[in-house]
Amino acid sequence: MDALFPVVKCGLYVIMAVSLLAALAAVLLRNIFHAALAFMITLLGVAGIFIALRADFLAAVQVLIYVGAVVTLIIFSIMMTEGLNNKIARLQNRLSLPAFAVCMVLTGIMIELVQRTPWPKQNSLHYVPVTAARLGESLMGAYVFPFEIISVFLIAALIGAVVVAKKDKDS
Amino acid sequence: MMIPLEHLLIFSSLLFGIGIYGALMRRNLIGILIAIELLLNAANINLAAFSRFTSLEPDTGQIFALFIIAIAAASAAVGLALVLALFRVRKTVFSDEINLLKW
Repeated sequence: MDALFPVVKCGLYVIMAVSLLAALAAVLLRNIFHAALAFMITLLGVAGIFIALRADFLAAVQVLIYVGAVVTLIIFSIMMTEGLNNKIARLQNRLSLPAFAVCMVLTGIMIELVQRTPWPKQNSLHYVPVTAARLGESLMGAYVFPFEIISVFLIAALIGAVVVAKKDKDS
Repeated sequence: MMIPLEHLLIFSSLLFGIGIYGALMRRNLIGILIAIELLLNAANINLAAFSRFTSLEPDTGQIFALFIIAIAAASAAVGLALVLALFRVRKTVFSDEINLLKW
């Protein structure tokens, strides 16, 4: 385990770099379909980081819901709109330079704050991994009220999406 | 035992910055939705990292991340339905061509 540890660490940094590059590609690529595929690579990298943080259930949910459902939804709606055959369209709106400045300043401030804050460190020797069984118990115990709220919210959002997207009768 | 917490936080800050840039400057509405999903993913990384490194009760962060994933799925569904309805009416997916209510 200890001999393998530098390899694991390097692999984690490689995953982080690949996800950042894929996120940049998802934002900057002109072809929106390629951007959606790059977004999928970012999601898979984030799932790998979840596994490294011992959040196994979270990684599984990330792959199932994001890569399985959300990316499929995005690709379907790209195919239903004109997105693909329009190659000469401009990528950026006319406020892209101020937007770049704003997000550089914001990211710089956040990184500076992250480095200055003294984070409380838990002793990682007594860390008990969060299993799916423990998550389920606390989801049905302490967090049962937000769980019910989120299920009602989800069903309302999905019915609303169907109502908004369906065709009118007369057209 | 692991990589330091700060590196994960810096990674998620960079992801958040990329997402903000995409959401502000993209013209395609679906591109803006992809950027918003990137923002929610950056928040999820922070929650999982704090639940691993600093929290006394590690369940809480992961359950919050689960709720964020559910809300992200709902927002993607509603947002893409809005894009489809808009495309049916106005025949465009570009955010700066949708200026009917602009004075």
